[in-house]
Amino acid sequence: MHIVIIGNGISGTTCARWVRKLSDDQITIISSESKHFYSRTALMYIYMGHMRFEDTKPYEDWFWDKNNIQLIQGHVDAIDFDNQSLQLNNNTTVKYDKLVLALGSKSNKFGWPGQDLPGVGGLYHLQDLEQMEQYSDGLERAVIVGGGLIGIEMAEMFHSRHIPVTMLVRESSYWNNVLPPEESAMVTQHIIDSGIDLRLGVNLGEITSGKSGSANAVIIKETGETISCGYVGLTAGVSPNIGWLKGTDLQTNRGILVDRYLRTSQKNVYAIGDCAEIQEPQQGRRPIEAIWYTGRMMGETCAYNICDKQVEYNPGIWFNSAKFIHLEYQVYGDIRSSLPEEHDAIVWQSKDMDKLIRIHYDKTTHAVVGFNLIGVRYRHEVCEKWLATHASIEDVLQHLGMANFDPEFYKEHEEELIRLYNAKTGNALKLKTKRGLSKVLQFLTNA
Amino acid sequence: MSKYIQILGLILFCLALLIFTGMLGLGSITLNEESLQVDAEYHKNAILAAAKAEGIYNTPVSNIKFITAYSNVIAQASKQLESEIETKLPEGVQPWDYAIADWRAKNYISATVKTGADGPVNRNPLLFCFLTFGLAIIGGLLYIIPKFNEPKGIKHDGIYHDSLTRGITSNFRNALLLITIMGILIYGFFKLQDYFWPLVTICLALLISYFVFFRQDSKSNHPQRSVSPNRIGWLGVIAGTYMLIFYVLLYWAPSYIQNWITMVNPISEMLSGNPASQWFLYGLMYTCIVIVMGVRMLTKYQHNTYQKIRTASVMFFQTAFAFLIPEMLVRLNRPWFDFKNFWPLDYDFFYKYNIDQLTSSGSLGLAMLIWGILAIIIGIPLMTYFLGKRWYCSWVCGCGGLAETLGDPWRQLSDKSMRAWKYERFIIHGVLAFAIIMTAFVLGHYFTGVSNILGMNVESVKSWYGFFIGAGFSGVVGTGFYPLMGNRVWCRFGCPLAAYLGLVQRFKSRFRITTNGGQCISCGNCSTYCEMGIDVRAYAQKGQDIVRSSCVGCGVCSAVCPRGVLRLENGSGDIAQRTDAMRTIHITEDQIQILT
Ligand SMILES: Cc1cc2nc3c(=O)[nH]c(=O)nc-3n(C[C@H](O)[C@H](O)[C@H](O)COP(=O)(O)OP(=O)(O)OC[C@H]3O[C@@H](n4cnc5c(N)ncnc54)[C@H](O)[C@@H]3O)c2cc1C
Ligand code: SF4
Ligand code: SF4
Repeated sequence: MHIVIIGNGISGTTCARWVRKLSDDQITIISSESKHFYSRTALMYIYMGHMRFEDTKPYEDWFWDKNNIQLIQGHVDAIDFDNQSLQLNNNTTVKYDKLVLALGSKSNKFGWPGQDLPGVGGLYHLQDLEQMEQYSDGLERAVIVGGGLIGIEMAEMFHSRHIPVTMLVRESSYWNNVLPPEESAMVTQHIIDSGIDLRLGVNLGEITSGKSGSANAVIIKETGETISCGYVGLTAGVSPNIGWLKGTDLQTNRGILVDRYLRTSQKNVYAIGDCAEIQEPQQGRRPIEAIWYTGRMMGETCAYNICDKQVEYNPGIWFNSAKFIHLEYQVYGDIRSSLPEEHDAIVWQSKDMDKLIRIHYDKTTHAVVGFNLIGVRYRHEVCEKWLATHASIEDVLQHLGMANFDPEFYKEHEEELIRLYNAKTGNALKLKTKRGLSKVLQFLTNA
Repeated sequence: MSKYIQILGLILFCLALLIFTGMLGLGSITLNEESLQVDAEYHKNAILAAAKAEGIYNTPVSNIKFITAYSNVIAQASKQLESEIETKLPEGVQPWDYAIADWRAKNYISATVKTGADGPVNRNPLLFCFLTFGLAIIGGLLYIIPKFNEPKGIKHDGIYHDSLTRGITSNFRNALLLITIMGILIYGFFKLQDYFWPLVTICLALLISYFVFFRQDSKSNHPQRSVSPNRIGWLGVIAGTYMLIFYVLLYWAPSYIQNWITMVNPISEMLSGNPASQWFLYGLMYTCIVIVMGVRMLTKYQHNTYQKIRTASVMFFQTAFAFLIPEMLVRLNRPWFDFKNFWPLDYDFFYKYNIDQLTSSGSLGLAMLIWGILAIIIGIPLMTYFLGKRWYCSWVCGCGGLAETLGDPWRQLSDKSMRAWKYERFIIHGVLAFAIIMTAFVLGHYFTGVSNILGMNVESVKSWYGFFIGAGFSGVVGTGFYPLMGNRVWCRFGCPLAAYLGLVQRFKSRFRITTNGGQCISCGNCSTYCEMGIDVRAYAQKGQDIVRSSCVGCGVCSAVCPRGVLRLENGSGDIAQRTDAMRTIHITEDQIQILT
């Protein structure tokens, strides 16, 4: 059997690796961006000089040969689903028995005037990085449009090279459509303190070009203000990279529609990662989740299904992490930007405003529903088990040390949370378990 | 403002470095009756005659020329003596003692270089101390201290854009390594007049390469992930070469650096009451560097308590245990002893001279001997069981201390390839075996008095170990290659104590690095900044704990991880399953069985 995977990102690569673990089938990965799998999440570190491109490759180049995974660097132009064959840009065709589409995303553009000028770009592919590099020499200002996770990364990138940055953000506070007010305020303040010119509540009107033909300024829609700049970064989110599949027999919506076994509407064709849209997502999950670990899990699940071991895709309880310049952020479970009626919250913030711990729980059952952390690390498995077993807030608080994943000698803040809770409810809880691995192992292995 | 202070600091530091280098050429040396120091009257006469014939008697000769000229004179004197053995051999003198043996010649030269020297450094040693040590420390601190004002967080911007820290290409690196090792071997051949051990070493190196390349089939495992793809950081090459030359002079030609030793004389006199040797100079420099660059570490990791405490610890152990306490002991007429340096890193611990010295120094000496032995048998394995090898390698050890302070700017250059890991395992365990065998020979000789064991001369095994491992590997390559192969070249590939600690850590220890469930985004910061070349990401992205004998527990992988994935910890609960693959797997076989 010949299994062909289009796209060598995390989802395609994970799928190939697991198929190899489960079978001896012939595997081919076709991808256009780079010959070998690299870590897209590390793009910023290449530009900032923290790493070289080579360092972002999770596997050494000999790995593919050794595992008998064939790599083709090329672009797939068309798929013939009836004959099960692919048309590549170098005019070769490749036959498949099973096909996995792991096409990833592309940066959003919302039809802004000037969005296709030279000197305007998103941050998704290696080519975007090359363009940024090309414009960086002597760059006097960069403007970034969009205040999501990629926007802040791009701002940090320019900032690391001492290039002044202006960020245009539609919301009234950074990422407050996802983060609760306290977190959003902290991050907003941190961005400003870092010396980034953050403009809140504004939209991009148009991008203008100068004599050379490349972008030379942006005009803000609301105020009409012109900000001159040599580079414009468009980071208003991403969407599935499936333009070329629209209008084919493959059923698509925003992404490629798949069932719980990651099968598309076409026989022997699967879709995974950023480009897949789950028709009936699990409770608490969205149909398209353009994040790293879901790509990894889909790749693994898909491999089982390809190898005729049926497994439903189940990403489990929501979690994620990010870093806003120097502030680390983690989330476990259900933390919404505004507290729902049926939930209650305890929120602790450090005096320096560089740490925050938030726990949400159900008002009636007292079951914890989510954790949000800034500047503090919590242990995934412990939080997950509490959430899965609907542990009560009292129980969680008394053993909160188990969740603490900060390095040794770091200050522990669990008691302060308990104090907050006691003050709020009149309880007299005490911290019973402090940070440390042994208790965690006991807790996790106890069924 | 702080920018100008930093620039000033940099200028002062460069100035100090210039003076430090240039001062070696200052002053002159005069050979005459007073400065000549020899073991026998007939040597004296012969040398004086030859010196007069060569025209260097009682005339100041510039520092550097003198050593060549004087060696020449001694060679001639020796030849002269040789020719008169038949006729003039004095009563009671052995014929082989009549001419001047090479080792004697060396002593004569170094003695005269000390006594016959005159020049600005001899007249103003403390001034030169200030112009070199003083300015370098002041300059360094002026450059470093303003960094306390920088925002707290990871400070790796531009490391791979900087010529000093970028590293070099793989071909260039391999070539430099080969040249250096061959250079050391050839020098060793001439120095020890022994072809056997250099040859054995070459054979072993070839054998190891054979195993790495062919037996384990990794010809194609080219280490792309460890070297710059095509650019060479020349400043790094220059820095590495400077350090390399420094070590060569320090170990093998100290007469050329007499001015440095002279300059620190007053400090040595003050501390121990003895004149300085090259080892005092080295200890002083080492301590100053660990302190100044330790302050740099403190600025870099202001936000990380683990790093701060650990750095303070290596600074303390270097200053107190490796430097001040031993000098004080000497002042009190006790043996020079570093309480935290253990066999087999301290490879001459069981040498006869050391045992004799300790056993003849009363109860303190005896206590030192027992301390050293108990540490090896009980202390080290026990501590490593509870805490991992980090308690020593990145909290206490001097070599580790230098690596973690001076070496920190280059930690990213460690080779992460599978091939390097294979080399590492062969070489470091090979050195451990060599240290054990060598010590067994030494002890065998000590207890039985036999000087040839298994057909091998104990003395020659000892001197090859001291030369090749003790000086060549740990010093010249170990530190000289900081800017080329990362800061733990010695600790990773060579240190026999690290090998021993590593075995304990791998097989029986509570220590491991745990990974945080599914949070890893495979970005590779951890692997890039692991100074031991461990591909941390390979474990983290699978959710597997990291249990590797080489991990020194520096905690930097955990510090640089942008997603909070790694934690160094000790726990006994699952000690047998520490290394199990994929603790946090999301799709389990169970699930499949239920579904199908
Ligand atoms: C800057 C940045 C930072 C990020 N940070 C995080 C983070 O911190 N945490 C997180 O969870 N997620 C993060 N993400 C999102 C994460 O990287 C993506 O979700 C993930 O890479 C998607 O993987 P994938 O395998 O689905 O697709 P991709 O990685 O996009 O791989 C798809 C590949 O397929 C190729 N391809 C597409 N079409 C064709 C074709 N027709 N023929 C040939 N090849 C084709 C593409 O060129 C691409 O190389 C980040 C993304 C970016 C851009
Ligand atoms: S463990 Fe952290 S630093 Fe290492 S690859 Fe994963 S996310 Fe990156
Ligand atoms: S694995 Fe981490 S703690 Fe161990 S040596 Fe490498 S960077 Fe240091």
